[in-house]
Amino acid sequence: MNAAIEAEGLIKTYPGDVRALDGVSFRVPAGGIFGLLGPNGAGKSTTVKILTTLARADAGTARVAGIDVARDPVAVRRAIGVVGQKNAVDGEATGRENLVLQGRLYGLTGAALRTRVDDLLARFSLADAADRFVKGWSGGMQRRLDVALGLVARPQVLFLDEPTTGLDPEVRVAMWEEISTLAREEGLTILLTTHYLEEADQLASQLAIVDRGKIVAEGSPEQLKAELQGDRISIELDGDGHGAVHDALARVDGVREVALEGRLLRARADQGARAVPAVLAALESEGVPVAAVSVARASLDDVYLRHTGRTFESADEGSGPSSEAEAATAGSR
Amino acid sequence: MPMVLQHSFFMAQRWMRALLRQPAWIVVTLVQPVMWLLLFGALFKSIVQLPGFGADNYADFLTPGIVAMTALFSAGWAGMGMLQDYERGILDRFLVTPSTRIALLAGPLVQQSLVTIVQSLIIIGLGLAVAGASFPGGVPGAVVTIVAAILLGMAIGALSNALALVVRKEETVIATVTSLSLPLSFLSGTFMDLNLAPAWIADVAKFNPLQWAVVAGREALTSADPDWGVVFSRLGLLALLLVACFTVATRAFRAYQRAA
Repeated sequence: MNAAIEAEGLIKTYPGDVRALDGVSFRVPAGGIFGLLGPNGAGKSTTVKILTTLARADAGTARVAGIDVARDPVAVRRAIGVVGQKNAVDGEATGRENLVLQGRLYGLTGAALRTRVDDLLARFSLADAADRFVKGWSGGMQRRLDVALGLVARPQVLFLDEPTTGLDPEVRVAMWEEISTLAREEGLTILLTTHYLEEADQLASQLAIVDRGKIVAEGSPEQLKAELQGDRISIELDGDGHGAVHDALARVDGVREVALEGRLLRARADQGARAVPAVLAALESEGVPVAAVSVARASLDDVYLRHTGRTFESADEGSGPSSEAEAATAGSR
Repeated sequence: MPMVLQHSFFMAQRWMRALLRQPAWIVVTLVQPVMWLLLFGALFKSIVQLPGFGADNYADFLTPGIVAMTALFSAGWAGMGMLQDYERGILDRFLVTPSTRIALLAGPLVQQSLVTIVQSLIIIGLGLAVAGASFPGGVPGAVVTIVAAILLGMAIGALSNALALVVRKEETVIATVTSLSLPLSFLSGTFMDLNLAPAWIADVAKFNPLQWAVVAGREALTSADPDWGVVFSRLGLLALLLVACFTVATRAFRAYQRAA
């Protein structure tokens, strides 16, 4: 079976020597949902822009649906659907007009076009509003129309760039269901970018973690989590930690991968609950007061920490104030 | 029908529909030209009595100039529509469909040309009915005036789109358009016979596309026996300009893609 997407050594540098992609390679098997997970600014959107022919890579190759994106961009465009980060809907037109124009650009006409538009309107529960101006629609409805626009020409590969960013939590869950159903029923390959750990965990059958323009891990969420043996111990210190705290903890038997970020201390242990007394004793011997301790099974956040050396939350927050609220949601799991 | 024409038609249809849904817009864009024609025209009515002024009736003289100037002014803003599409993500959505880039440019330019036709007809009608023009050139003269305005408008509109695609900032487009349109108007024979203007202005005006449209329109509309050589040479220059500007604009799409 051919891969739906193959990216090999993609490099992209923006003016000012900002290296957005630093050798991105990954392979997306046909069918199912592939997640590209990473904090804001990791290079997910740049990757999608290159794969969807919106931007050109400085180096490297990419094939989508078996077609080289640099050599035959028009053929790639015929094979893909793209749903960007913004609701790229025309508010001055009705929902139906938006869909009809989109279909015509792919060469659909007459009865075939009408049927396809009606089907999509029904499929996304937009039939009642179809002939009203889109600017009066709710955000969730506009988002669904945006997805429908990406599906008009029955693409082989659908790109969803941060499909739920900015949606209310309830709408987000509904969108997740919508996306799963799509992948199941339409038999298309979906490449989804997200900076929500939970979203990647819920939706993606395969995922790649992007950090600072590179793929740092690839596999199914279960595989990635299984690579991390044991439990995660998180300790909230009552005051900022220092190097000695880190070392004291690293000396405890069975405890590894100790990381200190501000007042948050993280480590792994095969038997988390059993290691806690020794950990607390070590901290006490250093005279460090502890505010809270928790033990949890491995999560994608741990996978991220393991491969990048920092928590997903801190990486996402570092990218700008606008993402803080979202990062908090993503990191709270 | 070739794909590029089909897609241009679909795009033009989208822009026309949006325009017709806010008819107030067309009224707003007419306020300025009507003021120039009726107020400025009335104020400077006696200017034709200056010795050496090449016309007897200022309304006749002024109207073709206002038609061309109006086309120039509204074309300057063409890039704002492209920017709005860019900011909403609509431009990127169209760019990842198989649609040709030419259609994305041609769509708004066709809409703009239709607007130019309507505006020009209203201005010429007002010149005739209210300002007291006589237009010895008749219908062929009016057609030439409007064709010149369309060519000028499409060329400037293409440039405005190119600028929008490259700078991607409303402020820059607004600043450029406002700082260029009036100087271009004053460095032309729109309001004044250039025989009575300083020689340097007359020299600069030779290279001013607005002047080409004004000369073509004025010659055809206000002369009973126009010098068609003058008319067609100016229309030819405008057509060349349009080709050049359209080429620049399609290249701007490529630059946009490189920067994406």
